[in-house]
Amino acid sequence: MPEKKSPRVVMDSEGIERCLTRIAYEILEKNKGINNLVLVGIRTGGIYLAERLQKKISAIENTKIPLGILDITLYRDDITKTSKKAPLGKTKIPFDLEDKKVILVDDVLFTGRTIRAAMDALIDFGRPKMIQLAVLIDRGHRELPIRADYVGKNLPSSFWEAVSVNLLEKNGKDEVLIEEET
Amino acid sequence: MMKLAKKDILGIRDMTVDEINLILETAESFLEISTREIKKVPTLRGKSIINLFYEASTRTRTSFEIAGKRLSADTINISASTSSVVKGETLIDTARNLEAMNPDIIVLRHSAAGAPHLLASLVRQSIINAGDGAHEHPSQALLDMMTIREKKGQLAGLKVAIIGDILHSRVARSNIYGLSKMGARIVVAGPATMMPRNIEQMGVKACTKLEDAITDADVVMMLRIQLERQKQNIFPSLREYAQHYCLNRKNIKLAKPDVIVMHPGPINRGVEISPDIADDPGCSVILDQVNNGVAVRMALLYMLSGGNE
Repeated sequence: MPEKKSPRVVMDSEGIERCLTRIAYEILEKNKGINNLVLVGIRTGGIYLAERLQKKISAIENTKIPLGILDITLYRDDITKTSKKAPLGKTKIPFDLEDKKVILVDDVLFTGRTIRAAMDALIDFGRPKMIQLAVLIDRGHRELPIRADYVGKNLPSSFWEAVSVNLLEKNGKDEVLIEEET
Repeated sequence: MMKLAKKDILGIRDMTVDEINLILETAESFLEISTREIKKVPTLRGKSIINLFYEASTRTRTSFEIAGKRLSADTINISASTSSVVKGETLIDTARNLEAMNPDIIVLRHSAAGAPHLLASLVRQSIINAGDGAHEHPSQALLDMMTIREKKGQLAGLKVAIIGDILHSRVARSNIYGLSKMGARIVVAGPATMMPRNIEQMGVKACTKLEDAITDADVVMMLRIQLERQKQNIFPSLREYAQHYCLNRKNIKLAKPDVIVMHPGPINRGVEISPDIADDPGCSVILDQVNNGVAVRMALLYMLSGGNE
């Protein structure tokens, strides 16, 4: 059996920060400001990215926009099938979604199934005016007709590779890694 | 990752501390769903849950039904009085017939201790014990532990007084198993005729007087006098019982100032608890117990359906 290659760093701490700064400006440009704008981070990686975007946007606009947390476990389409699952986390959407422009934030966009589940969950909370998607990494291999509005980096990958986004808040270090799945 | 490696939920006695913690944490995440405008998630779509109740119940049956419905499962209620049980069908035959209709989970309440264990060994479906005789009532103990943890932050080190008919109480038994595993100190009190022999073997302290048990308690759990189980006269009258074992404004002062008062319901007002205590939002958490009950049952249904593998 060939030896497993060690993970390769595809983005470092500075790279992540620059991407998020650019995305923050793009969000403001596309939505012409922060009117009715809210952020919703998908548990767990998306929460920290959404918090960072919230900080960056409030630094630019001098106003803190609302931030929600979404756990999509209960909306998955593979609840009884997959063997890899994180424990159920709390969902906190402490504001009305009616007529809001929701920026959904996740770390990696892959098959699109997580985003499908997240949209179903959001719509159960109310009728947002629109939902936009911001991701740090788009690695391709979509299985559903879903695309991101804001992308940190397009990362061509093989289906069998693993892309992991490590963040200071949960892993103690900011970096994006790609490695061969065994 | 920690998971619940069980087909059935039969009792607290055979649960580990890790399993109890996992269930309580999962239940806490489910609380939020009941606060939404649309109180429903699609998680158990296409699953069927049969609530098979051989004994009267409002809270537990409704709670399991609501829990199933909020997870989008189909829930079917069968109560003994309107089923083929009145035509003489045995529990085993009823279960085999239900099994043939291919439900996913059967929630059973039965007056015979061990009935859910018997079913669990006979049918391939998951069985949840919703109370078997005077044996166990695991979902009640879990919702009680969830409520205590919510109010007190933790279970370890707390003094919990359980008062009343310990002998006939499956709620007491499940709570004693659970709370002692979680590190709480338990004191029970009740008339000698309602106290099981050798109760100390369960790791609790037993007293005869209510006052001795509730002194400095963090939690006082009052049990219902089960009039339907009082075939032999184990106390002279309700009035005399109330004189000695009713929690009231006066004797509650013996407990800690921030004591919480619990009751599994239904309440016999003025018998085991005075109405002003039961309705006092400062100490009574009785309705929080009911609210948490739905979340605990959602967690159990979810975890048995493979939601934690």
